[in-house]
Amino acid sequence: MQAKLKVWRGDPGAAGRYERYEVPFEQGQTVLDGLRWIRVHRDPSLAIRFSCINANACKECMIQVDGKTVYACTTRLVDGEMTLEPLRNKALIKDLVTEIAPPDERA
Amino acid sequence: MYAAIAAARAGAKVLLVDRSLIGRGGATVMAQMTVAVAVGEEEPDHWEHHLADTLQAGRGLCDRALSQLLCEDGPECIREMDAWGIGWARRDGHLSQVHAPGHDRKRCVYVDFLNTGPAVSKTLRARVQRMPEIRRVGDLLVTDIALRDGVCVGAHAVHVSTGRAVPIAAKATVIATGGLTRLYARNSASINMGGDGYALALRAGAELIDMEFVQFFPIGHLAPRLVGMDPIMWDPFRYKLGGRLLNSSLKEFLPEEGRYTSARDLATYAILKEVEAGRGSPHGGAWLSFQHCGEAELRSAFGPVIDRLAANGIDLTRQNIEVAPIAHYHMGGIRADTDMRTSVPHLFAAGEAVGGANGANRLSGNAITEAVTFGRRAGARAAALAAKTAMPAVSATSGNGKRPDLNPAAAIVELQQVMNRDAGPLRTAAGLRRAIAHIESLQVELPAPREGLDAEWVDLHDLRNMRLVAECVTRAALARTESRGAHQRDDFPDSDAGWQRRQAIRLEGNTCKLS
Repeated sequence: MQAKLKVWRGDPGAAGRYERYEVPFEQGQTVLDGLRWIRVHRDPSLAIRFSCINANACKECMIQVDGKTVYACTTRLVDGEMTLEPLRNKALIKDLVTEIAPPDERA
Repeated sequence: MYAAIAAARAGAKVLLVDRSLIGRGGATVMAQMTVAVAVGEEEPDHWEHHLADTLQAGRGLCDRALSQLLCEDGPECIREMDAWGIGWARRDGHLSQVHAPGHDRKRCVYVDFLNTGPAVSKTLRARVQRMPEIRRVGDLLVTDIALRDGVCVGAHAVHVSTGRAVPIAAKATVIATGGLTRLYARNSASINMGGDGYALALRAGAELIDMEFVQFFPIGHLAPRLVGMDPIMWDPFRYKLGGRLLNSSLKEFLPEEGRYTSARDLATYAILKEVEAGRGSPHGGAWLSFQHCGEAELRSAFGPVIDRLAANGIDLTRQNIEVAPIAHYHMGGIRADTDMRTSVPHLFAAGEAVGGANGANRLSGNAITEAVTFGRRAGARAAALAAKTAMPAVSATSGNGKRPDLNPAAAIVELQQVMNRDAGPLRTAAGLRRAIAHIESLQVELPAPREGLDAEWVDLHDLRNMRLVAECVTRAALARTESRGAHQRDDFPDSDAGWQRRQAIRLEGNTCKLS
């Protein structure tokens, strides 16, 4: 199976763009698996935020998939197109990474 | 976080730095299981019994003083966290304690359901947030310890989101970065478990010990694909319900009779030997079966977890699942005394980053006990030293290495595969030499990050540390020509009394020197 991921890329204050990646996957694999595959096989400059990989313990991998806020680590890939964007209500850091730390824990 | 709390309590001003979000990553938050501690609420107990079990599990290699600190201070830390509202499971008005493998009695406290580690993290995070003496800064990645005349004076860090170099001056510094399980393709780790603290300490001139002892958790989840759950989640199921470990002919191959009694190193070895003999499960592990348990029994033991399994398409009353050994914990680490001092003045270490307390094999439930007891001790001692130290100055520097022409994310995956295959739970001289050759071919310098979040630079940073720590593990494993605890050599299958000693590693120039 192949997921077609349309991924928002860009820096704060710039226009940004969507890049498309075709990601092979097996039943049960997740959006985070897909993003990690892109970094290993296509483009290591893609910025994503996660810590615990797929235990859903760290709660760091929140992004928007097709307009809905989800955890990338528990959202399954589908055999079709998915649009991945950073959280809209948080300040952008880069690509899919937003500032989600409590205000008093920032540098 | 416990170190920060203890230091602040002792009057120090504390800076708590994390490369990601404070208290969300790391190993503790992933620990779903239990905490071993001789509080004696289920049945009479004493820390000396806990110590005896810890030393026994360590196969003759425990640093007795560190093991004693873990066992003796454990109860106080557990009660302190109880007062902070952690919510340890209770039964008939006392703390509920279960009997985990390797313990002589019911000793392990927990938070239901499979929530022990997250509850510890959350409780400490809430505590830290309430202490104005602790300044917390996330997304700050420490690249090296700052030294002056061989004394630790703080750290050099990079603000990950902007690429800015951040010098940190400190009167005393505590490394509490956890272990190295990310070195392995099959691991139960957070992304930040690439051995950062070991690499920092080694480059600062500190000594590492017992680096060959990587604990593989025998029954990590293998198949079918499971998301939203920790891969080591089957362990507490086995504590409560037993569960049968079966080979491809659906026969039990450990002398367990449905109970959960085998120590981790023995179970890991037995599963891999079944696989090697062609009796493994389809994905290369073993079957785990709870089909002898009724639905009501499963639900009473695991409540909502049963629904999370159902969401993954798993019904334990009708199917077996596949499990296999998975890198879980590292017994080795930075050499420290019972004041948590490393061999570098003003540099302390705490938790899994410290080697020695668990010898060649860690007893189930000792990891969080180690994290909190060592953290508390390190924080108190670092604060005492800081109180009589003048604030040093540290200037900003950032990497000036050449950016290598490779995909660092791919190089990390390749290194993980090499380590899993050649330096995993079953080792041979030939395999270890292959791994060392691969590691030597990876020469990584750290360049300055580009402006903004430079994801590739973060991978280069990780690759540089993982490579160094992998070299320590493989060289120590090659030198130890015996099998002991978590270190199993197929070419030296027996323990050798002459090897009842530890190996230390120091960096001389760019070379890891074993002694």
